[in-house]
Amino acid sequence: MSAGKRSNEPLVWLLFGVGGFFAAFFLPVHVLFYGLLFPSGLVHAPGYQATLALVRHPLARLYLFALLTLCFFHAAHRMRLTMSDVLNLRHLNTVLAFLCYGGAIVGTVFTVWLLMTV
Amino acid sequence: MPQYTQYQPKAYRPRMSAYWYLDQWRYLRYALREASSFFVAYFCVLTLVQLAALGTSATRYAQFEACMGSPVMIIINAIALAFFLLHAITWFNLVPRVAMRQMLGRPTPDAISSGPNYLLWFGATVILALFFLGVL
Amino acid sequence: MSDTIILEVARFNPERGGEPSYESFEVPLRPDWMVLDGLNHIKDQLDGSLTFRWSCRMGICGSCGMMINGVPTLTCESLLINYAPGPVRVGPLDHFPVVKDLVVDLDDFLAKLQKVRPWVVRKDDFKPPREFMQSPAQLEAFHQFSLCINCTLCYAACPVSGLDPNFLGPAAIALAHRYNLDSRDQGVEDRLDIVSQHEGIWDCTVVGECSVVCPKNVDPSLAIQQLKLTATKEWFKSFLLPRGKH
Repeated sequence: MSAGKRSNEPLVWLLFGVGGFFAAFFLPVHVLFYGLLFPSGLVHAPGYQATLALVRHPLARLYLFALLTLCFFHAAHRMRLTMSDVLNLRHLNTVLAFLCYGGAIVGTVFTVWLLMTV
Repeated sequence: MPQYTQYQPKAYRPRMSAYWYLDQWRYLRYALREASSFFVAYFCVLTLVQLAALGTSATRYAQFEACMGSPVMIIINAIALAFFLLHAITWFNLVPRVAMRQMLGRPTPDAISSGPNYLLWFGATVILALFFLGVL
Repeated sequence: MSDTIILEVARFNPERGGEPSYESFEVPLRPDWMVLDGLNHIKDQLDGSLTFRWSCRMGICGSCGMMINGVPTLTCESLLINYAPGPVRVGPLDHFPVVKDLVVDLDDFLAKLQKVRPWVVRKDDFKPPREFMQSPAQLEAFHQFSLCINCTLCYAACPVSGLDPNFLGPAAIALAHRYNLDSRDQGVEDRLDIVSQHEGIWDCTVVGECSVVCPKNVDPSLAIQQLKLTATKEWFKSFLLPRGKH
């Protein structure tokens, strides 16, 4: 261990950290409205045209890009560690890293594509 | 008959249970906090599906909304909300404290390090809610 | 209230091997007795073969740490009466090899402690004419992290140190942080080479229990998270401004 190499984890850890703030600040209100209040009918949903107009605003696109990509990387990092420590899959660490961070990259690609075409 | 191991005493090496996080509430709480990540991933994917439906047609979006109104989806989203709140509270109690200590080099009361985050959280929630409702 | 309490004490005899078992002893329940006093009563009056470490009886030597009802605790600082009516289960610290009964093998921990160079490292040959001057602010920067008594309760509380025997662990990393923050020290780079490896700070997933059980409020978890910030800054610096390894 004395002559070992410093880990490259800071890259994914920083994405995890920034994503953690985005998830904490913004996800609760998102799921509250789009997952509970609007679908259950407790609050009247603004409808297709209004939602489309909201999403098409350049600032909304920028916000959704930051929110979704950072949350994907936040979730990927924590899911990897959860599966290795809580679910005792330490021996599969390389596979888990590939699947989790790979999934986050795929999520990022889809986010960019959907936000450009919506 | 004891096996003599005078010069090589055998230490007992405990093995950790595969379900160690169920032993005590403090470890289960940690496991639940970490499990919030699965719901973060779920909700991001769900939002991508919503965007895809929005970009396709009004009929598709109506189908998406109908699906979201099903009791199963409501229950899943209620659980997701609970996990997001757990994530937010544990995050605001921990991360700003570390950041403040790193920046200032001395301890600060938790109210000063974590407090502003709760205010920002409240502000962000209100502003986003007004956008979602079409008020802004 | 009953005037005795049952202590269920872990027994392990290395000459017999096998799994540790718990043996019950009835000890007097006195308002001023700590759990350690109960153990000493067993050793003096009931079974002299019971083996455990203790020394100062005042929470400073760090040798009487054990699992009390599953929680890593200094037995000299826990009133027996707080566990009434009992029974109280006393076992050796989790995640360490058990030598006998309540005694654990600390060799691995001591080796990890040495790796982080827990002393003031000087790179120059500056010999101060008198003692090094330090301002109160410079002292405050590291004081909290210097209070560690090496009781290893934090290792017993840390699931990661149980899952990964190579994990450097809370106390060793907190002590590395303590010397990194010392204005007299010049060994930050050496220590970052050790703690920034995967088995150093990056193995930690912030369970946070190390800081909860610490009897000296060292807060090893805070030290580890701060070091993650430092290591991340250094990683980006070395990425943007690559320098040859000297």
